[in-house]
Amino acid sequence: MSNSHLLTILLAVPFIGSVVVMLLPRHRPLLAKQVALIFALVTFALTVAVALKFDNGAAGFQFTEKYSWISYFGVSYSLGVDGIALVLIALAAILVPVVMISGWHDADDARGSVNGYFALILVLETMMIGVFAATDVFLFYVFFEAMLVPMYFLIGRYGGPQRSYAAVKFLLYSLLGGLLMLVALISLYVVSIKQLGTGTFDFTTLTTQLHLDAGTQKLLFLGFFTAFAVKAPMWPVHTWLPDAAAEATPASAVLLVGVLDKVGTFGMLRYCLPLFPQASHYFTPAILVLSIIGIGYGALLAIGQADIKRLIAYTSISHFGFIVLGIFAMTSQGQAGATLYMVNHGFSTGALFIIAGFMISRRGSRLVSDFGGVQKVAPVLAGTFLLAGLSSLALPGLSSFVSEFLVLVGTFSRYKAAGVAATLGIVLAAIYILYLYQRTMTGPVREGIERWKDLNVREILAVAPLLVLVVALGIFPQTALRTIDPAIVQTMQSIGVSDPPPVVNLGSGSSNGGTNP
Amino acid sequence: MTLATLLSAQVSPATGSFHYASLLVLLPLLGAAVLLLGGRRTNTWGHLLGVAAVLGSFVVAASLFFAMVSRPSESRSIVETLYSGISVGGFSIPIAFRIDPLTICFLLLITGVGSLIHIYSVGYMEHDPNRRRFFGYLNLFIAAMLVLVLADNYALLYVGWEGVGLASYLLIGFYQERPSAATAAKKAFIVNRVGDLGLFIAIMVMFVTFGTVSFDGVFAGVSHTSSTTLNAIGLLLLLGACGKSAQVPLQSWLLDAMEGPTPVSALIHAATMVTAGVYLVARSGAIFSAASIALTAVAIVGTVTLIFGAVIGSAMDDIKKALAGSTMSQIGYMILGVGLGTKGYALGISHLLSHGFFKAGLFLGAGAVMHAMSDRLDMRRFGGLRKFMPITSTTFLLAYLAIIGIPPFSGFFTKDPIIDAAYNSGGYGWIYGVVGQVTAGLTAFYMTRIVAMTFFGPKRWEEDAHPHEAPKSMTIPQIILAVGSVGLGGLLMVGNRLPHFLAPIVGEAEAPNYLSVNTFVTLGLVLIGAGYGWYVYARNEVPLLAPAGGPLTVAARKSLYGDALNEAVFMRPGQYLTRLLVFTDNRIVDGAVNGTAALVGGLSTRARKWQNGFARSYALSMLGGAVVIAAALILVRR
Repeated sequence: MSNSHLLTILLAVPFIGSVVVMLLPRHRPLLAKQVALIFALVTFALTVAVALKFDNGAAGFQFTEKYSWISYFGVSYSLGVDGIALVLIALAAILVPVVMISGWHDADDARGSVNGYFALILVLETMMIGVFAATDVFLFYVFFEAMLVPMYFLIGRYGGPQRSYAAVKFLLYSLLGGLLMLVALISLYVVSIKQLGTGTFDFTTLTTQLHLDAGTQKLLFLGFFTAFAVKAPMWPVHTWLPDAAAEATPASAVLLVGVLDKVGTFGMLRYCLPLFPQASHYFTPAILVLSIIGIGYGALLAIGQADIKRLIAYTSISHFGFIVLGIFAMTSQGQAGATLYMVNHGFSTGALFIIAGFMISRRGSRLVSDFGGVQKVAPVLAGTFLLAGLSSLALPGLSSFVSEFLVLVGTFSRYKAAGVAATLGIVLAAIYILYLYQRTMTGPVREGIERWKDLNVREILAVAPLLVLVVALGIFPQTALRTIDPAIVQTMQSIGVSDPPPVVNLGSGSSNGGTNP
Repeated sequence: MTLATLLSAQVSPATGSFHYASLLVLLPLLGAAVLLLGGRRTNTWGHLLGVAAVLGSFVVAASLFFAMVSRPSESRSIVETLYSGISVGGFSIPIAFRIDPLTICFLLLITGVGSLIHIYSVGYMEHDPNRRRFFGYLNLFIAAMLVLVLADNYALLYVGWEGVGLASYLLIGFYQERPSAATAAKKAFIVNRVGDLGLFIAIMVMFVTFGTVSFDGVFAGVSHTSSTTLNAIGLLLLLGACGKSAQVPLQSWLLDAMEGPTPVSALIHAATMVTAGVYLVARSGAIFSAASIALTAVAIVGTVTLIFGAVIGSAMDDIKKALAGSTMSQIGYMILGVGLGTKGYALGISHLLSHGFFKAGLFLGAGAVMHAMSDRLDMRRFGGLRKFMPITSTTFLLAYLAIIGIPPFSGFFTKDPIIDAAYNSGGYGWIYGVVGQVTAGLTAFYMTRIVAMTFFGPKRWEEDAHPHEAPKSMTIPQIILAVGSVGLGGLLMVGNRLPHFLAPIVGEAEAPNYLSVNTFVTLGLVLIGAGYGWYVYARNEVPLLAPAGGPLTVAARKSLYGDALNEAVFMRPGQYLTRLLVFTDNRIVDGAVNGTAALVGGLSTRARKWQNGFARSYALSMLGGAVVIAAALILVRR
């Protein structure tokens, strides 16, 4: 097994797994689950292998492979990862086995088959890895759109009572966004024909050799950005997310909010900025405003929700505001923070959705008001929920703090007002998490909760890895930042920005550090 | 020589026993981990592990102290870098601990008083089924508080700062089946986060201004920075200090925090955590000394709070809330002290240390009384407990003499210099002095009120009260704290010992003059206050129900309308805004989307047709999409 095919193997394993699971007999659901989990764990092991072989010191893509796919259109099957893509692939590879364990019984009584459920999750994993590993913009687009299919069926077939509405809404929103991106993609291709003679979708060629005029950049930027803003989702195109996340099974909600939505923010960082640097600068003020609205809006809406899963979905809209803010702050702290934020948010919100799922399946209700005093009857459940919540509110010592801190510091160093406004979000985060905890976990034990069993071994096995990561990355964040940093340096170079220097510079012996206004 | 240049003096790398500094944090952290993750298995011995962990930290702290005093005074700042925490672009935050004279004072206070309160809790929490969890949280608190004072940069300080906030949240809400406790815990955390906002933004300004957030790096840049920036940083730090130290206008959470078990009130909400704001200002002395507006604001906040807290303390019938008001007031003195700049940094810290002992003693005494009175708190139903609880009442009385500032007890030596320094600070400083003196009289009044209502006069007990002296595990810590209440102030201040010890870090304070006119005026006011309190609450009958009282009394009982203000200005408008947004998000933002969708494709009917082959039509549209893409690509190739 040579390094050069590692990414293809990584894509293939879950896909083969899904085929195998579909071929297994329908009347033996346990076997299907076990086989699916084994494939997910093998994928995880392969991801660990990739991470270990990854050279943090080297710039550019690693594990690259490239084959002409549709040579007539200059489309190639080309893969490669930089630090940003690697940590997001790792996120997906960790979350998939975790949600399989947490959602072991999700499909037992569903309309669709158990085999189908687990096969869809594996197909989705292939798409998720592909979308991060693609270095051909067309290939990226294919994965970007194809990802909708398994998620559509996961929501529409296995979700809650309003699943059809939620699934269709999710699909239409995404398709509309994707359509705009397609138009921009084709235009980009046209420009590449004009300028380079032959059309290409190769990311590196497009970013280094293409020279787009300002007007074209703006239009194409909007095409890509809208698709990503819907996917992330940003205010005001966010309304599909609470429905989709609330109706999806907890496992699907974790993958939806934890990984799929990150494709939007990943796309902004990977494609919008390097492909259209001038347009990115031009639109930055507007995007910062939208991000800050999203931070406050998502948080206030979260405070006002009566449904636990919708509440968590709205907190994510607030968090996505932070991520986009960090990306468009155009500082290395902001962008590295935003990348780490994508990962940490996947862990902490993933854990919240999973534990909320345990609560909902016990109580048979998603309403916050149907819970109360859980801490008394199920202290382990309450403890894990609190830890996940504290990570969501970015408590120092837990991983989300590092990313939020970097995003805010990075934003403030270039845009003071935006940095300060976003910082208000940390107070709102404390309110929505602790208010939720208070209503569900504390106080007298509510009716219907008295006989609850605390988390069982399977449930603990599902959340423990996420919580361990939240703590470990909180204490040793540099383990992840080391991998992310070189890719951020490269992104910063490709858009031609550098960090603003400090006002007082006492470094390198010069003692004239006067004050600059 | 400014304080800033003084501070950029030599820092030594860790040698010898200083290598073990991280044990200070690791021991209680490990204790917390075992207790909180270990589950019921650790119930039988968990509390002992908790005590052992903090005692271990105390031993390390004491050995560091002796190692430090054996060094010459100019090389007592030691930095131990553990590992690289964050390093992105030009921004790096090492995880590094700094041990210097200021830190060592806190290390001894936190682990010393912390150990005593751990031991006390073994008895106090004996019958609580969740005692193990309690000790886990206490250990977690100790670890976080130690990080706060050991941090060598503001970012790591912030980690400890919010860490103690978490521990405080968990412990205030310890009896979480009580809705009032859960609400109080949440309130404390959220109000603290408002303060933390200030600290957070201050850190961002520091990074932008100096390119670093390490103490040395920031202080070295102070002389190159405009006073506007420094004042901004100072005011933001003050906001942080107000939240953590319950200073006006972020004071409202502390009274509610008394919902926590009493040892928590003693340790976190009297002796250590709430004084972190004082530490922050003293630690940032280099900034404040160059930021006159911010420094004045610190002094004003302290002055306002010291009388504010005393007024509240005078009106509360709940013994813990009365003491909480007193804590606010005493921290107000400390904040006033450090608000006087180089003259007062060391004085604020001295009062902090002596207060740590006598206030912890008072709270532990209150806890023993609560045990005796079936967990009741209403002092109107106490009375005459002196005969039944000889040890508790004696230790309480010693702490009482310390807090009201009778010589030679602790408080006299540490509070008086602050009032004196305020008078000598020039400008309008005399106002701080007058308020400080009047409040000293008020302090004597409310403390006498507490003592008289609790330990003297006739019994006013409820029927189920069966007073008894506390077990040894509770009385021994009380006795040790009482010894501190008697002697610590003199030990620290006679011969200007502590200010001199702290001078390399916070600058040299003037030696206080204990024979000034001000001292005698203060003492006179103290005697009047105590005498009046005795007259009203010991010589006269205490009614079982609080009398109506004048407008000031009514206001003071409602903690001077702090909560009412918060509710009117923040909470209710916030609730309305939230409700409005929820409505518009459903009806307008989403409504617009659904409406459009319904117009275009009949979304809702389509959705209902799901069973009737929507999957097929989806596959068809996928195929259609692929054809469109191919067609488009072929077209543009031409």
